[in-house]
Amino acid sequence: MDTFQVLIVDDETDFLETIVNRLQKRKIDATGVPTGEAALELMKGKSFDVILLDIKMPGGMDGIEVLREIKKTQPLTEVILLTGHASVETSIEGLKMGAFDYLIKPVKFDEVLEKLASAFEKKNTQEQKIRSAKIQELVRLK
Amino acid sequence: MKRRLYANLRRKIIFITLTVAFIPLIFLSVIIYYQFAQVFRNKIEEQIEYRARAQGNAIELFLKERTAILLAMADTYTFDYLAARGKLERIFQIMNHRVGGFIDLGLIDSAGKHVAYVGPYNLIGLNYYQQPWFGEVESKGVYVSDVFTGYRRIPHFIIAVRRQENNRIWILRATIDSDVFEGLVRAAQVGKTGDAFIINREGFHQTHLRFGGEILSKSNLNPTIFGEGTTALEKVNSEGRKVLYAGRWLKKNSWLLVISQDASEEMTKLFKTKRIEIIIVVSGCLLIILTTIFTTRLTVRHLETADRKMNELNAQLVHADKLAALGKMAAGVAHEINNPLAVIAEKTGWMEDLLTEEEFQKSQHFEEYKKSLRKIEEHVERARKVTHGMLGFARRMEPHLEDVDINEILNETITFLESYARTNNITIEKELETDLPIIASDRAQLQQVFLNLITNAIDEIGKDGLVCVSSRRINSEIAVSVRDNGQGIPKEYQARVFEPFFTTKQGGKGTGLGLSITHNIVQNMGGTITLESEKEKGTTFTVRLPIVVPEKK
Repeated sequence: MDTFQVLIVDDETDFLETIVNRLQKRKIDATGVPTGEAALELMKGKSFDVILLDIKMPGGMDGIEVLREIKKTQPLTEVILLTGHASVETSIEGLKMGAFDYLIKPVKFDEVLEKLASAFEKKNTQEQKIRSAKIQELVRLK
Repeated sequence: MKRRLYANLRRKIIFITLTVAFIPLIFLSVIIYYQFAQVFRNKIEEQIEYRARAQGNAIELFLKERTAILLAMADTYTFDYLAARGKLERIFQIMNHRVGGFIDLGLIDSAGKHVAYVGPYNLIGLNYYQQPWFGEVESKGVYVSDVFTGYRRIPHFIIAVRRQENNRIWILRATIDSDVFEGLVRAAQVGKTGDAFIINREGFHQTHLRFGGEILSKSNLNPTIFGEGTTALEKVNSEGRKVLYAGRWLKKNSWLLVISQDASEEMTKLFKTKRIEIIIVVSGCLLIILTTIFTTRLTVRHLETADRKMNELNAQLVHADKLAALGKMAAGVAHEINNPLAVIAEKTGWMEDLLTEEEFQKSQHFEEYKKSLRKIEEHVERARKVTHGMLGFARRMEPHLEDVDINEILNETITFLESYARTNNITIEKELETDLPIIASDRAQLQQVFLNLITNAIDEIGKDGLVCVSSRRINSEIAVSVRDNGQGIPKEYQARVFEPFFTTKQGGKGTGLGLSITHNIVQNMGGTITLESEKEKGTTFTVRLPIVVPEKK
């Protein structure tokens, strides 16, 4: 499997650091930021394949708002919602807005890996489709 | 407390209803009775008064006729003619033939000497000059006497007329037949106790009484209490009985015809009426009492039932409220715990990752570390199960409807659990009724319900046993039973098994949420869940779901 860029957004820094470490240990290019604002800032310079996004973050933007922004600027980036909260409804709202899936904390690491992989795969397929569509277009133009 | 309240209410309603019903009823019946009694009494008095007047008239007529014929004879014949032998006898015969009622006839000269006589007594030659009646006739011309004994020593009365023939005054005198006269008076008697008699102004009896009253004895009636003409009055007699009297003055107010009647005899009809009225009123009252008690009881009982239902509803609402609050709290707690759990899980995972590096594998306690980390993970998983269960409990579960085949869900669930059961040597038996109706329900939630129940049954048995799942239709419901042959649930726990966090499983194997979630789901679907359990024999949970027919699409 190709390595891919993953961004983790969670206000719980202990969790954030560890999961980044563990992903990096598995040769996944993972970056962690503690706030939504920081994530969006970071995304201006760099594009990520998959973003693991905590829904409930105290102060500042919550996960759903961040998701909305991401879908505006980088619609191809897949977002997996992460929640420690009962608000499955919120997660479903997120899914409607284009999130790939949601995970409920505490989550098994293997499950995270699996979800990340399938999200990346989806993104790849999407990109492939777009690319071939563009090629077709180019062919047609000629 | 509540009971006393109802008893009080019942007493009050009964008291008020009875008061309102009884007072007018009794008032009315008393008034009607007295009015009726008054009218009745008046009627009786009128009757007796009328009889006295009518009979009085007859007696007056009788006396007038006798007086008239005597006057006619005196006017027709001379003294000498009457004094001649046999003539008086002839006239006496004519008089008795024409009007009757005479005993004897006598001719008396001005000196009071009895000159001629026809009759049963030997009275010729007697002198009446000293007799009181003689003077009366002398002065008045016509005289009807009171009863007196006279020479013959037998009570009788006479009619005497005076005749003036040239310078000679003589008197014609006749004795009235007492039997005829008394017969006339007696005609006014009525009933078994009624009497009719005549007394004079001084109160002496002029005729016999019906019940042993002697002529000329003094009456215990005072004639002066009777007014002019004909009057009626009521008196209590010597025996203490009420007696009605009607009196009519006769013979120029010198005789009084008295008709008496025992009031009670005439009043019998009134008493009968009174008895009927009392029976009606009493039975009416009884009827009112019974009806009032009956309807009041009914009303209060209805009230009681309504009250109890409301209390039950209230209790249910309170219970639902409690559950909702508990749910909220559970959700909050779960959230707060999930984050630290997530951190612990990741840290543990990270440590495990690190253990794969070479220098750690050489460590003396490598295995111990690894084992400990796995234990930590295991227990995080346990905690995770609990918090996820709590979240599931807290979530509002509005069923979303789809066409559901209960048997299909059961089959699926059982297939899912079969391998797990087999490892514990537990058989799952199916007794599913074919052609159950398709109902509109929430498939996923139903699956969770059956999953919970069957898993519970398997856990209850532990090892080696039988779980029986059955489905059948009962009227408008589908009943699904899950029966196990485990230890059974002790009586004291049976009421609590649906409470959240209640579990009998050992050492944190269960969260105590399964059955409460199941209960919630079933209730939200409008169904019921019950359990039957017998010690050592096992437990049966039965879910009853209403058959909701799916809408036609």
